[in-house]
Amino acid sequence: MSSHSTTYVPKSAAAKWLESRLPIIGLVHSSFVAFPVPRNLTYFWTFGAILMVMLVVQIVTGIVLAMHYTPHADHAFTSVEHIMRNVEYGWLLRYLHANGASFFFIAVYIHIFRGLFYGSYKAPREVLWILGVIILLLMMATAFMGYVLPWGQMSFWGATVITNLFSVIPLVGDTIVSFLWGGYSVGNPTLNRFFSLHYLLPFMIFGVAMLHVWALHVPGNNNPTGVPIKSGKDALPFHPYMTVKDTFSIVCFFIVLAWFVFYMPNYLGHADNYVPADPAATPAHIVPEWYFLPFYAILRAVPDALLGVVLMFAAIAVLAFLPWLDTSKVRSGAYRPVFKVIFWAFVVTCLVLGWLGSRPAEGIYVVLTQIFTFLYFAYFLIALPLLGLLEKPLPLPNSISEAVLGKKQASGSGMPVGAAAEPQSKG
Amino acid sequence: MAETTAAQEPTRRDFLFLATGAMGAVGVAAAAWPFIAQLAPDAQTVAAGAPIEVDLTPIAEGQIVKLFWRGALIFVRNRTPAEIEAARATPLSDLKDPEPDQARVTEGRENWLIIYGNCTHLGCVPLDFQGQYGGWFCPCHGSVFDTSGRIRSGPAPINLPVPPYRFATDTSIVIGEEA
Repeated sequence: MSSHSTTYVPKSAAAKWLESRLPIIGLVHSSFVAFPVPRNLTYFWTFGAILMVMLVVQIVTGIVLAMHYTPHADHAFTSVEHIMRNVEYGWLLRYLHANGASFFFIAVYIHIFRGLFYGSYKAPREVLWILGVIILLLMMATAFMGYVLPWGQMSFWGATVITNLFSVIPLVGDTIVSFLWGGYSVGNPTLNRFFSLHYLLPFMIFGVAMLHVWALHVPGNNNPTGVPIKSGKDALPFHPYMTVKDTFSIVCFFIVLAWFVFYMPNYLGHADNYVPADPAATPAHIVPEWYFLPFYAILRAVPDALLGVVLMFAAIAVLAFLPWLDTSKVRSGAYRPVFKVIFWAFVVTCLVLGWLGSRPAEGIYVVLTQIFTFLYFAYFLIALPLLGLLEKPLPLPNSISEAVLGKKQASGSGMPVGAAAEPQSKG
Repeated sequence: MAETTAAQEPTRRDFLFLATGAMGAVGVAAAAWPFIAQLAPDAQTVAAGAPIEVDLTPIAEGQIVKLFWRGALIFVRNRTPAEIEAARATPLSDLKDPEPDQARVTEGRENWLIIYGNCTHLGCVPLDFQGQYGGWFCPCHGSVFDTSGRIRSGPAPINLPVPPYRFATDTSIVIGEEA
């Protein structure tokens, strides 16, 4: 850390003038230019940048779509078709926005699982992690309300099913639901307020994401070893090393997004949402978007409505308690042989829950959903607390550079400190 | 500055501080009120939720007619004698939400079953004449209702509720007014 200059020194008179009044260039410089990052970060650490760019893409396409969209129950569906058929490049903007939402969730789930594997939630990053959970909740609320806006069959019935979740709250449930609806059922007032909130929430996500970055820059990045930066040899400046890596990753991610936008724009959607909303007929299978399927499966796991809702929200809330549920002192899963197996079992559990969420709630699927819901919670409430006490972790490297370069080179071979920071000069 | 020592009598400043704080709290609550109240159903929506009259004469025996009141779907079912018999023969011990069929229809007009048409689980529309009891079957999460609209299996916690209604004449009802 010490081998890189972390202070910005303004050179021009104009920069000096600004810096003494508002030190914003210095802030950007220390956060995104000189900021020291562990030298062993993999591509799994580029998803934070991908998410930032995706948020901007969603906000920009969303603002433009709002210029052509009509938030009224009688006009919403046709205004979306108007965007698709009449507005110049409307099809592109809408498909970018709709597929962008899915890709936002792909990126955030990879980002979360990376944090789970490498113990990024552990001290001193608990607040950083909890801010991430808040962002996830805001993202889910935003995505849900956005999906209601085209006012197709899935929009309408998805809104009905999800808002009815709140009716199971004892005593005040029905009042809460009618305040959500602005009426006696999902209707125009509901669509109107969802549009307003769908516009608002991304800016709240942006605000919390800024806090998330702030909280990240206090302890600095975790890394694949989980061992903190101990000397300048362990670190690289954010620019150019991470800026280039992040940019390359973003480009690759956008290639896949473009594949979907241009060649299979409706693959991740539901055909039923191209049927206008009809309060008198339910689609044969009401299925949420793919990114909600694991939680939807948990919702349906138990035959009791209140318990199902409680379990579904608990499935997300439990993440916030993760820093205290995982009792292991070792951060990175790479040095935890038993955890590693259980972690991948958990990944499979989430994928199976997602698949079960897409199945009808009958027969063997119900039993399987109950089993895998148990396994989901068992990971947090049984496996992680016990593993930290029972598991014998592998020996940790003394430093990041030792893990990267091998023990001999990093410790006693007489390599000057500066050389380790210049990997391009090595043979 | 004689009042700076501990354990003083309350001063005018203490009083002003508490009074200002209390006024501020009331002010915040008063300012928040309209922002919460605007979420409630508006006057137009409430007015559109007035009672409606429904003519029963075109509904044939065995038929289910769907209509809306307050944006909520309502099933009006002209039940056959066999369907009434099936509902009444069911022992209450078989029911998740025990309620006799007699309590869900008007005496002397047992053939008319008037119930809300949204599943009590999460609000989907159950399919007519489906499920093993010949009542309704909800395709979303598998709730099965009998010919009295009572929940028989699946996640729905309670029977399909009966809306407020009364018979205006022998062949018409008013939905939204208690009998």
